[in-house]
Amino acid sequence: MSAANKMEASSAAHSLSRYLRATGMPLLFLASILATLAIHRDFGAFDVQSLALGALPLAMAATAQAIVVISGGIDLSVGSMIAVANVLSASLMQHASFRQSLGLAVLIILVGAVQGAINGTLIVLSRIPDIVVTLTTGFIWGGVALLILERPGGGAPSDFLEIGAGADLSPVLPNALLLLIVAVGVIWVPIRSSRLGLSLYATGSDPIAAFRSGVDPRLARILAYGLGGVFCGIGGVALTMTTGIGAPLAGAYYTLSSVAAVVIGGVSLNGGRGGVLGPVLAALLLTLLPMDLIFLNIDPNYGQVIQGTLIVLVVMIGGFAAFMQGRS
Amino acid sequence: MSKALALLRGHTILALVLLLAVFVLGIEIARPGTVTPLWVSNALLFAAPLAILGAGQTLVMLTGGIDLSVASVATGSAYILATNAASGDGFALALALVLGLAVGIVNGLGVAVLRVQPLVMTLGTGLMVGGAMTVYSQYMLASQPHVPAMIQTLGAGKLIGLIPVDLFLWAAIAALMLFTLHRTGFGRLLYAVGDNREACHLAGIRVWRVLFLDYVLCALLAAIAGLVLVGGTNAADLSLADVYLLPSVACVIIGGTSIFGGRGGYAGTIVGALILTVLTSILTLLDVPEPVKQILYGAIILSLAAAYARLTA
Amino acid sequence: MQNGRPVSADENLLLRVTGVAKRFGSVIALRAAGLELHAGEIHALMGANGAGKSTLVKVITGEFPADAGELAVAGAVSVFRSPAEARRAGIVSVYQDPALVPDLTIAQNMRLARVPLEAVRDVMRELGIERLDLTRRAREIDYPHLRLIDLSRALASKPRILILDEITAALPADLSERVFAVVRDWRRRGHSVIFISHRMAEVAALADRATILRDGVTVGVTSTRDAEEKIVDMMLGAEVAKAAAEAPPRAAAGIIRGAAPALEVRDLGFGHTLSGVSFRLGVGEILGVAALEGQGQQELFDCIAGVRRAASGEILANGRALELRHPADAIRAGLVLVPANRLHALLPQRSIRENVALSSFATFRAWGPITMRAERKRVENAVERLSIDRRASAEVRRLSGGNQQKVVIARWLASGFRTLLCFDPTRGIDIGTKRQIYALLREIAAQGASVLLFTSELPEIRLACDRAIVLFAGRITAEMPAAEADEAHLLRAAHGLTAAEPAEAPA
Repeated sequence: MSAANKMEASSAAHSLSRYLRATGMPLLFLASILATLAIHRDFGAFDVQSLALGALPLAMAATAQAIVVISGGIDLSVGSMIAVANVLSASLMQHASFRQSLGLAVLIILVGAVQGAINGTLIVLSRIPDIVVTLTTGFIWGGVALLILERPGGGAPSDFLEIGAGADLSPVLPNALLLLIVAVGVIWVPIRSSRLGLSLYATGSDPIAAFRSGVDPRLARILAYGLGGVFCGIGGVALTMTTGIGAPLAGAYYTLSSVAAVVIGGVSLNGGRGGVLGPVLAALLLTLLPMDLIFLNIDPNYGQVIQGTLIVLVVMIGGFAAFMQGRS
Repeated sequence: MSKALALLRGHTILALVLLLAVFVLGIEIARPGTVTPLWVSNALLFAAPLAILGAGQTLVMLTGGIDLSVASVATGSAYILATNAASGDGFALALALVLGLAVGIVNGLGVAVLRVQPLVMTLGTGLMVGGAMTVYSQYMLASQPHVPAMIQTLGAGKLIGLIPVDLFLWAAIAALMLFTLHRTGFGRLLYAVGDNREACHLAGIRVWRVLFLDYVLCALLAAIAGLVLVGGTNAADLSLADVYLLPSVACVIIGGTSIFGGRGGYAGTIVGALILTVLTSILTLLDVPEPVKQILYGAIILSLAAAYARLTA
Repeated sequence: MQNGRPVSADENLLLRVTGVAKRFGSVIALRAAGLELHAGEIHALMGANGAGKSTLVKVITGEFPADAGELAVAGAVSVFRSPAEARRAGIVSVYQDPALVPDLTIAQNMRLARVPLEAVRDVMRELGIERLDLTRRAREIDYPHLRLIDLSRALASKPRILILDEITAALPADLSERVFAVVRDWRRRGHSVIFISHRMAEVAALADRATILRDGVTVGVTSTRDAEEKIVDMMLGAEVAKAAAEAPPRAAAGIIRGAAPALEVRDLGFGHTLSGVSFRLGVGEILGVAALEGQGQQELFDCIAGVRRAASGEILANGRALELRHPADAIRAGLVLVPANRLHALLPQRSIRENVALSSFATFRAWGPITMRAERKRVENAVERLSIDRRASAEVRRLSGGNQQKVVIARWLASGFRTLLCFDPTRGIDIGTKRQIYALLREIAAQGASVLLFTSELPEIRLACDRAIVLFAGRITAEMPAAEADEAHLLRAAHGLTAAEPAEAPA
């Protein structure tokens, strides 16, 4: 290979990996929708609704994880925090009125924020690596969830459950999808474009430079985890809304899947780069896959295998692009 | 007092052994008569699989990595052993270890060659193995899984009713670990790669070879730990080793190995595994509900890790 | 410089730092450092490597708290808990490593630091970098420009006290001049500057007074008009200075002629940064490479050391063509690299012994049991030959910069080599250690090995080399014996000003 060719190949590999990072997830999502339509021609409003409903908690978990990862951390307690919000709402709302339930939802989301902030504070103060802290607090929050509700149960007023299940605006825009858009749009979008958002990205990218630029990286990290907790709270309430009950062990799935969604969604685990859209689309994709498997009459247990394979493939393709780049 | 503190700083392993002694003493004071040779024997029996998982975790954490697939691999190897035992013990055993080898190779490829972050890579392979085992179990409903007698002896047996059989395996692994880490070129390289990968590259070391072997060894150790575990419980189920994921990381951290790599060793992990085992035993004695136990266990791990971080800061 | 004295009522005294102490674990960075800065003054802060200059700057700007000491701004005792607080009090530093967030654009970086973009543009215009695109991410911008942007941001926040930590270390001469002009202008407007530099000439030209630090203690304040010798004396302490003043051993005529050259580079090309580079390095020769920042010297060394792959051309060692895909290939051929940043080559948490022995584990065969006694002997020989200070041998990160550099060299002494590729081995190292390193290079050459030496300090070429080549824009623009390689000559060639002389090595 001549020098010029090599240069071209290297820059091609480079732009490919960059291109994949930026557009890979939307394309992948589009492809999977098309595949779903091909498998299941009747895919219609009802399926969109069940997809949105099924994906809502995971999308919230993915958002929570994305915010934490962007600011340079990782939260392996996401699932347990969702479980806490889930069992808390299911046990508190069981005999509450609709309006009380709304108030309780806000309260539970605040509890999520506090849990997240505790994670962040422990990481900042204890000097234990974030993986270890959140792996452990995940264990602790899991215990808390079991303490609140020992076995699956509880409930919520039916009109509260209706919020998630309905499609009040348009049949193709189910409420669940609307909730997702609102939650992300009202909380994350304004923060992202503010100086607070910049400081989250800055802390993830280079905490020392951030500190020298006037950011308090410790505070930024605590806020990031707290914000993640908010989305876990929403995710937990959404889980109650979509399943109608609280289940103390349901959370485990969301920890790993939220990391999966973040990785597949193109957020760099090194921090400082990426957004929330990719992970949210990845969450939809990860929910769509088992649905497709059911349509295809395949054991939905393959879903987990596919999810793992997808993570491995995505990161390996990224690594492979970098590898080819390094060779030339 | 400050002299004692300085001594502990210099020999952190001493602090750990001291802590272990305090825990054991605490039990004996709270419930006089608990600490008997049989209790010690049982503690060692239960600590062995954790310490073997911790050995693999130590190897990868020394290079600045982590392996979150160890629990799935341990469960998988146990399940494969139990479901294939009908075709011969040796065959089942080999198959179980092949699973470890395979996952190790995939992890190694991703982390060492393609430079994927270990956390993500092993999370992915962990999910793959876990999912694959679930699917596999659907096809295996017909055959009755059973654990070979040899493995039961390994996981639960005791010589002269007192010395746990798995202690011999653990001791052999520990000796090999300590020798490898401190007296071989590969051991030196594990520390070196964890401390500064770039420097190793510049020194002419092909870093990927080191990491590749590292992750393969870790997965193999996880598979072995799975065998010991299933020998102990005599029941292969699909959540066998799940509860060991946190402790496998925690015993390494408490043992003083830095998760950022380049610092630590297996001696600390051994004591870490013993501390966690004794801690579980204390919590069992406390007679509190399971969720409370779980919360206390987590909280104590956090405080131990935090105290350790302070001590060595 | 004792603590607790009532703060001086001197109107002119803008900043007074007294008795600052700071330790990191077992390492004492500062013992009793102090500094008095007048209004409208450019004040140099000087000291050998590891004297504590950067630490003092970080204490002043609130990056971390001091263990002891006091800081008064315009007579008022102040404590800054973060650089942001110091900035509000009018103290801004341009640190050695740029304080720009890599994943944010330049504009976002300015917004993050609450600095108005217009003011930044004004300074950038003065520095002549106004054409830089502010929507680019900091990560995509080269190091010299990053430092200038950092300087622009600092000036745009209109500090009363501007601190420049080694700002010229990475700048080409023309940009340095522009920085000096801007700094002088800042003083003319009545503000003050604390200026840290290793380069005596710059300090003499720019600064009014100098505070000298040694081992974390302020040992004196002097006018920069004083003889250079006095400052050096203070920096090193009398004894070391005397030893350092002794000239290095004169060039030994150890070059073996007739044999195949130890290293021959033919028509080497790399991307846009290197093209048609050819030269020969004789056995027993020290060949100097001179160049301004970023003229392809980094790529040249990386290609020869197997760190990067050349796009075209040939590299031969002792007459044998090499295929270099990995540093291991170069090392096998006897070509070993001492990189620009010694931290890239060290295992900071490991012992001197493990650092020196590292390269011996490169082959599979060495992965087995270590022969401890043989290893100890080999390492000790190298350590003794370089007289490395072994007091903090358990962790290399606790050593001084000079000793760390020696550990890198000791690794290759222990493993054996034919050609040493030294990339700026004396950057940021005190004069005493510098001389030791020159002497060592001489000794190595005298024993029949060869050295390719890039240095950013042009006077070193004459001091240490037999012959020199000059790189400009990726090509060799001049080649001369060391005797002719005076600064003026080298500088002209380094700016590409020589008529295109045939850039061939002597046959």
